[in-house]
Amino acid sequence: MPLSRLSSPFLSGTSRVTLHMLQLLLALVPAVCALVYFFGPSVLITMTLAVVVALLAEALMLKLRGRPLKPFLTDGSAIVTAVLLAIALPPLAPWWLTVVGVLFAIIFAKHLYGGLGYNPFNPAMVAYVLLLISFPLEMTTWLPVASLSEQPLNFAGAFHVIFNGQLVSGLGFDTVSGATPLDAMKTQIGLLQHPSFISQQPLFGLFAGKGWEWINIWLALGGAFLIYRRVISWHIPVAMLLGLTTISLITWLLAPEATGSPLFHLLSGGTMLGAFFIATDPVTAATTIKGRIVFGAGVGLLTYIIRVWGGYPDGVAFAVLLMNMLVPLIDYYTQPKVYGGQARG
Amino acid sequence: MLTAILAITIMALIFGLLLGYASIRFKVEGDPIADQIDKLLPQTQCGQCSFPGCRPYAEAMAAGEADINRCPPGGETTIQALADLLEVEAKPLDDECGVEKPKTLAVIVEDRCIGCTLCIQACPVDAILGAAKQMHTVISDECTGCELCVPPCPVDCIDMVETKINPNTWRWPDPSHVDLTLEDQS
Amino acid sequence: MTTPLSSFPGGLVLDGQKKRSTYDAIRKTPLSKKLILPLQQHIGAASAPIVQVGDKVLKGQKIARADGHVSVYLHAPSSGTITAIDEQPIPHPSGLSALCITIETDGEDRWVDLEETADFTVLSEHEIRHRIREAGIVGLGGAGFPSFIKLNPGVHHHVETLIINGVECEPYITCDDMIMRERAEGILDGIEIMRYALRVKTCVIAIEDNKPEAISAMELALARRSDLHNTSVVVIPTRYPTGSEKQLIQVLTGKQVPSNGLPIDIGIVCHNVGTSYAIGRAITHGEPLISRIVTVTGTDVKHAGNFETLFGTPMHELLSFCDTHREANEPFILGGPMMGYNLSGDHLPITKTANCILVGVDNAAPKTDPLPCIRCGECATACPVSLLPQQLYWYSRSKDLEKTQEYKLMDCIECGCCSYVCPSKIPLVHYFRFAKTETMNHELETQKADNARVRHENRLERHEAEKKEKEERQRQRKLALAATKAAKEKEAAEKAKTAEPQSDNQEK
Repeated sequence: MPLSRLSSPFLSGTSRVTLHMLQLLLALVPAVCALVYFFGPSVLITMTLAVVVALLAEALMLKLRGRPLKPFLTDGSAIVTAVLLAIALPPLAPWWLTVVGVLFAIIFAKHLYGGLGYNPFNPAMVAYVLLLISFPLEMTTWLPVASLSEQPLNFAGAFHVIFNGQLVSGLGFDTVSGATPLDAMKTQIGLLQHPSFISQQPLFGLFAGKGWEWINIWLALGGAFLIYRRVISWHIPVAMLLGLTTISLITWLLAPEATGSPLFHLLSGGTMLGAFFIATDPVTAATTIKGRIVFGAGVGLLTYIIRVWGGYPDGVAFAVLLMNMLVPLIDYYTQPKVYGGQARG
Repeated sequence: MLTAILAITIMALIFGLLLGYASIRFKVEGDPIADQIDKLLPQTQCGQCSFPGCRPYAEAMAAGEADINRCPPGGETTIQALADLLEVEAKPLDDECGVEKPKTLAVIVEDRCIGCTLCIQACPVDAILGAAKQMHTVISDECTGCELCVPPCPVDCIDMVETKINPNTWRWPDPSHVDLTLEDQS
Repeated sequence: MTTPLSSFPGGLVLDGQKKRSTYDAIRKTPLSKKLILPLQQHIGAASAPIVQVGDKVLKGQKIARADGHVSVYLHAPSSGTITAIDEQPIPHPSGLSALCITIETDGEDRWVDLEETADFTVLSEHEIRHRIREAGIVGLGGAGFPSFIKLNPGVHHHVETLIINGVECEPYITCDDMIMRERAEGILDGIEIMRYALRVKTCVIAIEDNKPEAISAMELALARRSDLHNTSVVVIPTRYPTGSEKQLIQVLTGKQVPSNGLPIDIGIVCHNVGTSYAIGRAITHGEPLISRIVTVTGTDVKHAGNFETLFGTPMHELLSFCDTHREANEPFILGGPMMGYNLSGDHLPITKTANCILVGVDNAAPKTDPLPCIRCGECATACPVSLLPQQLYWYSRSKDLEKTQEYKLMDCIECGCCSYVCPSKIPLVHYFRFAKTETMNHELETQKADNARVRHENRLERHEAEKKEKEERQRQRKLALAATKAAKEKEAAEKAKTAEPQSDNQEK
């Protein structure tokens, strides 16, 4: 094979950006199947819409910035952003919600900072937070688990809701929507109910929300697959989960009436998605080993703090963005000791 | 109301005193700006900037009397460094002052030298060795390529020769500008 | 084999590709008609020629002397006539030329008289070092540092351990493997001499575990030598870049060579097996360094193997001897695939540092442009020196040379582990090499500028001083003039005074 580089090394490993992204998508497949099983096929519609809009937006921005299209469209990063956002959005999110979110993520949170590798904030989380703050009603309107719903939606029904904004039968939205387990836990603790009592409700399964716990477990297994394949390193997920567990354990032992159990927190909401797929985004996370542990722990702690004492039921998105802000500082102070030298930073 | 005014006034006094103390106690003795500018200039002492040497140009820039783009031997890199230091916009080299050329060294053609010492007097860094009626020669390690010796020579015996790169002074090309495919290289 | 082993962080496990070139024994390359010898085949100052065009030389005769301390002698690899001393293209990434001595061989291969020494202990350590320098011996592992300097502990250092580097961690290269298999006795001869010169007690021969034949050959040879005490073979796990001196020291002893320091600062000296063999030949048989073993291998080489080649042999002769399929001007690699550099001209000569010619590799780096850095941090995980290649990349790219120094750019050993693992396929080592040469150039220019400034200021001061002196002289002259004028006037006034009283008297 002819040489193509001016400088050594002339060999190259098999690691590639596109491969990383593909394996990431593969790791999400079991969780998406669980999502469909529990909440119906609407997530697939949202996902398809998101991916299409993401690719179009990416192509448009590349053209405007005068960059070559092929290498960047095929690197898979836009698809991953779109898919992660689609998973994070509520199942019956209207089509315009998805479109606004994806456009903001790709155009503002990614390309206006310089494109792949240059954005300081996780684009999917930036979009999620934007949508949450701008459209709180649509973003907090969740479907209950299919088995609990009186009117589980099929594919056509879901399509209709997403694109027409109303149910096929003309019935109101509230007949099908409900709160998430995290939301329910937070509100009812506020009403001075005891968490162990709350957990008995039909919304909750064995450890956490019904359906939600399974999705989180599948996400965790997907994450383990990614660690095994060396797509991500174990430091951030383990640090985040340990951070979350530690603070929730301490709080739960000291004040069991104020919060759900640590296991509840681990298997609810966006914990596993955040731990294995969002916080591990290489572009926006810390780069040094010690830095990653600090970063992960920070995300875990902040998630818990926002969930229990903050204003939102789930804090993963905000936690990730806040830690993204601290990344340059973390990287500076956690530099490893160079061979033969003194410790730096 | 009165207590509020009193409280704020007292706080302002305390903070003012703190700031004053800090400004004296933690004062950093820095280089005067002219020294810092002079450090960035190539010290060719050629006068193309219309000042008699690099130091006067540095002082003029420090006083705000001269623009940062008047140094051809320094070229784009020096303009950029000056722009960064003085926190102004970098701009292209002023055409009036000259053009950016590859570094050259003066070489005296010994056959033609008449020993008049006019070039010795002209050289701003004393890089020419010689005496009246003796052979003159340029010490190439000291020559800055300013070309001030060329006009005074009555017999036109000074040539400006481009410095050759040898394997020890060769530099790797900038990877961000280089086409990485070797096939196009040959 | 009982020395406890440590390890270094990062590194890679690479496919060795050693089998291709180890089927046959070492063969001798046929004598070339023309031998082109660059005067600088080592780190330090180029040698200075001591022959002239037209001189007839014998094999092993000195043709250039060491110039300065960090320099060695150069010898004619075969008998013949000096036909030129001029600039010729040399094997270098720049493709530039340098001064070379060209010899046209007469085919007789006649040796000059050699000084043999059966028992080297009759020589002083100083004499041994002197002979090694005169024999032109440099590090044959690829760096080419004059070996005699690394055999001088000096007054300040005490050498605890001599490490003989038989690791050869780069894929494709097998010259050290073969020399250990076939010339183990000669290597041990060299070790004995080096131990004597360094006054060292312990010697460790490090070999990677992917060379079982070499390991047994060295162990057998050692077993036959009862007088070589405290010398052992240590087998280390195969990992790139264990063969790098600093990393090898860390693996064998757990100690780190201090930054800006040398292994001797921690009591260790490292030499390559090939160098050891050459030292043995030089002291015992009086043979100067005139040839080395070169591995010729690669996917385009039909009969890969190892060849004892005289210096100055043009590469194309070696390539055709091995039946290489190569397009004209197709680039090939001098050295290994991780640290070597590519050449396109094959009329370049083999030099003291040419350990391998590689034509065609598997898993070659792709042709496409690199993607932007996705900050994955794989490069930092792979770096054996614990640097942050990512940061170095950003700063090298933006030419922020000060920041690259802060992140210890000069400690980079250019092993290529970071580039190998990068998912965006960024040529990281190229960026670091670029930043290094820019830094060295910048330092040179700053030094020159400072020098010029000082000379200019001195000149201005001198002119000022001359001007002052002139003014002072003028002032003195003026004063002197005024003084003489005043004196004259006084005289005249006195004269007038003595004349006056007479006129006064007359009036009365």
